[in-house]
Amino acid sequence: MEITFKLNGKQVSVETVPTMRLLDVLREEFGLIGVKEACGEGECGACAVIMDGRLVHSCLVPIAAANGSEILTIEGYRETERHKVLMEAFAEAGAVQCGFCTPGFVMAIEALLRRNPHPDENEIKEAISGNICRCTGYDMIIDAVKIAAKKGEGLW
Amino acid sequence: MVNFYIPETLQQALEIRGKEKAIVFAGGTDLMVRARVWFGVPSRFDKPVVYIGKLKELRGVSMEDGVVRIKAATSLTDLLDDPIVPQPLKDAVSSMAAPAIRNMGTIGGNICNASPAGDTLPVLYTMDAVLTLQSASATREVPINEFILGPGKTAIQDDEILTEISFKVPKFDVYTFRKVGTRKANALSKLSFMGMLAFDGDRVADFRAAFGAVAPTVVRSRDLELKIIGKSKDEAVSMLPELLEDYSKLIRPIDDQRSTAFYRKNVSLRLLEHFLKKHLK
Repeated sequence: MEITFKLNGKQVSVETVPTMRLLDVLREEFGLIGVKEACGEGECGACAVIMDGRLVHSCLVPIAAANGSEILTIEGYRETERHKVLMEAFAEAGAVQCGFCTPGFVMAIEALLRRNPHPDENEIKEAISGNICRCTGYDMIIDAVKIAAKKGEGLW
Repeated sequence: MVNFYIPETLQQALEIRGKEKAIVFAGGTDLMVRARVWFGVPSRFDKPVVYIGKLKELRGVSMEDGVVRIKAATSLTDLLDDPIVPQPLKDAVSSMAAPAIRNMGTIGGNICNASPAGDTLPVLYTMDAVLTLQSASATREVPINEFILGPGKTAIQDDEILTEISFKVPKFDVYTFRKVGTRKANALSKLSFMGMLAFDGDRVADFRAAFGAVAPTVVRSRDLELKIIGKSKDEAVSMLPELLEDYSKLIRPIDDQRSTAFYRKNVSLRLLEHFLKKHLK
């Protein structure tokens, strides 16, 4: 089955099995290995991408359901000014240790700030509640979001 | 490899469902977990799949003559964003999973999965929700308590798709929805409780209570609710021990990996007791 979608701003098409997971297609067909697989069942958020403006777990999306969609992964997001601000905020807060979960967190935070550029602490916690980090204990990630929201004033 | 159909209209979807007895795929947040094989390997379904997640006819919320109508493939996030959806249902939905899953998961999926721990179910039971089931040639309506038959078992026929959930929001003055889980996000319920009360001066005008995950299906009993309806608050409070005893006969939880029968039963009854004592003062 031929699947066509917009990937990080570019129109792409791929010949694949309809029940192949979006996660596998992104990693195997397009080499976008910032999209991680950990739990494979929607619990951990390591595979999070933004599909048609909303955060989704790419391990739960059959590629056929992505047909005609617009997908943003960390590799595309990396090219934006918002990412630069967020990356610096992560560094400043010490929000990265091993880094495995980071792309998923960054996508979840981008999805949050798009809807709500000035989130309070509870809204931040809610927005990252589907992402698991085993290193930082989350506090530094929450701090990073606060810093980014402040320094990136007007970007979201 | 099975066929994966992407119909463009509901009618096409219904025809495929009838002909192929296809698995109905809306959000996929449960189906994809069950179908998972290994990385780089297509998810495995044992029957053809019909994808209804993007059908416009199956998404959205409306209100007509006081009846709320929710299309079955409306995502949980869309429910939270819609001003028509009553707050008790929003409370239940916001207790479910986490944002990314709520962006995909649908209310129809939560119902058709018929998990005893389905979090929208206790609320929909207290609202006396009615489900619209459509096949290519017919449409019927079934009350939710007659639709869900047991864990994973429903009254849906193999040519039908759940298309709409409708209910009239009952008048209530106070309500509570409580979900008890291991943590706030991404936890399946150990148990859940939905309570609603309406007053007419000092009298109980309406009372509704439903319990999730403490029996094969949601526990709700109009007979027990009627015991305190029409009574004064004082009379109702004096009947509490008897009422709790009655409910304890209906609440028949099991031990499983998430909790124990003992815990589930005790907490369920205490939530009910607390809710009534607090509001019948």
